[in-house]
Amino acid sequence: MAKSFTGNSRVNTSITHGLWSLTNRDLKKWYKAPFILAMSLIQPIIWLALFGKAMNFGAIFNGSAFNIPGLNIPKEVLNTISQQIMESTFGTRDYFSFLAVGMLSFIALFTAMNSGMSIVWDRRLGFLNKLLSTPLARGAIPMAKVLSSIIRGLVQSAIVFLIAVLLGLDLSHVTFLGLLGTFSALFLMMLGLSSLFIMLAIRSTSWESQMAIMNLLNLPLLFASNALFPAKFMPNWLKPVVSVNPISYATDIARQLLLGSPGMASLAFDFLYLGAFAVLLSALGIYMSWKFLTK
Amino acid sequence: MTSAVEAAEPGMKSAKTIVSVRNLSKVFNRTVKAVDRVSFEIPEGEVFGFLGPNGAGKSTMIHMLTTVLKPTSGTATICGYDIAKDAGAVRRVIGVVPQEYTADEDLTGYENIMLCADFYGIPRDVSKPRAEELLGLVGLQDAARRKVETYSGGMRRRLELACGLVSRPRLLFLDEPTLGLDVQTRIAIWEYIKKLKVDYQMTLFMTTHYLEEADSICDRIAIIDHGRILKVGSPSELKASLGGDIIQIGVEEKENDLSQLISQVNHVKNVSKFDSSYRVKAEFGEEAAPAIIEMLRTKGYHVTRLSLAKPSMDEVYLEYTGRSLREEQADEEHMFALRRTMRRARA
Repeated sequence: MAKSFTGNSRVNTSITHGLWSLTNRDLKKWYKAPFILAMSLIQPIIWLALFGKAMNFGAIFNGSAFNIPGLNIPKEVLNTISQQIMESTFGTRDYFSFLAVGMLSFIALFTAMNSGMSIVWDRRLGFLNKLLSTPLARGAIPMAKVLSSIIRGLVQSAIVFLIAVLLGLDLSHVTFLGLLGTFSALFLMMLGLSSLFIMLAIRSTSWESQMAIMNLLNLPLLFASNALFPAKFMPNWLKPVVSVNPISYATDIARQLLLGSPGMASLAFDFLYLGAFAVLLSALGIYMSWKFLTK
Repeated sequence: MTSAVEAAEPGMKSAKTIVSVRNLSKVFNRTVKAVDRVSFEIPEGEVFGFLGPNGAGKSTMIHMLTTVLKPTSGTATICGYDIAKDAGAVRRVIGVVPQEYTADEDLTGYENIMLCADFYGIPRDVSKPRAEELLGLVGLQDAARRKVETYSGGMRRRLELACGLVSRPRLLFLDEPTLGLDVQTRIAIWEYIKKLKVDYQMTLFMTTHYLEEADSICDRIAIIDHGRILKVGSPSELKASLGGDIIQIGVEEKENDLSQLISQVNHVKNVSKFDSSYRVKAEFGEEAAPAIIEMLRTKGYHVTRLSLAKPSMDEVYLEYTGRSLREEQADEEHMFALRRTMRRARA
């Protein structure tokens, strides 16, 4: 008997078919590889435990650290002044909490950057050509990359948050809604950033140039934001850059919601900005994949 | 069983055309003509092969027909769907087994097949038993739950084959299906391909630069070089088109051209001279060869070498492209080895 080759009657032809499978393919590379998973946990631990704890700004102003000769200001007064300085600078009384919250966006940024890399490999190894010859929606190809990078980024941010709690994050202002809002902000930021890095890689076959782009952008994006240091004390020429950097807005939301700090903009504006950034870049990413994935 | 076999006989073939290509061209960077005004048709159930060296335009052709590359000019239809205007419909009826190993190394063989099934939107209750069936077909049941990074070259190629079949395509593209494999594995892959043809009556389009492969699997072969089709026909037609056996004669005589003399011998159809040797086409080589030696000896010329070859794909290829494909194989295999090394470097 010749086997029938006609029966493909029940196929799912919706625009999202295959999207989750493709996303899951990328995620499996991560959660099924214990070494990579461990590495992605160790990095934030190092940042928090070393960088966060080493930069002990609070101790600089502490009453036991300094006094003015001849004036002999009482320790209690000095400590009060120190706390005021910290409060007005960082919006919270300890720098570790300030940094830990900024670290959430930092981890999300680094994960988003890597998303461009995997599409370059898919092109080089012929996997992308195989995808393009299937009925998979073109937009699903970059969106799967974006989605998997968002999921990785959010999980890693959540782990960073838990580690920060263990290391002494100030929990007095943390609420469930605050966490929800923070992770929504991170979601929007990653949606935009991952789409951006996918777009930069969409026609590239060279992972070297992709690495160069990542190395060129990662630290400037981080430093020209309020993730590590408050924007209001930055030089005037830098402030405009900080105020367009989406990382600043995600961090601003996180600080307002988790630490109760006064923000650089209202929560509503922060969300609006991030939302517009995410929608614009992901739409552009899908459009570019329609236009440029096929040579 | 009988119906399947009968349908595969040439005389019983339905006249339905699966692939129709009209003046298809692809120009890269405005100057490099990878495919140059190519036209051909493939009827249903045929195994059609593109035979040509590295860089002849074979893969470019496959990429255009599988909607991965946009043609510069010309048209092609697959199962009646235009590859440019109706790319989505084309993608639903074709399957592709690419030249590269595209299976994901970090997933198992089974997961790879299921992933491909998802690209076609095949529901899980259909794709699961089908994946098992295909793993059986290519003999990978035992390795199905192992990560692909542990697979050998032959196993990977078989997995690619299974992935290409998961959507039950009406037309399957095979781009260099045995590139870089050892002889035994190559023959095993041929068996799988022949089985597909008989069991599923599938139409196959394949590219190859292995002469034996084209000879043993393809119903019809197109010899392609520099983006142009030089000749199309069944292996036996192509061999017959050479017009007989090939006799190579070396003669200790530099001054005179003996072509005229040799061509007067009985059965000899055509003589061409290369340096000090002659390439003679003759209808009955076994009779013509001694006759030529005899004739030359009586004229006082000394024959130093003689070889007699029955028409082979080798000779066919030499006839139409003017060069041998053997030396090109090494190049292509070298390229493949490089690509494999790159792949390893990533892991």
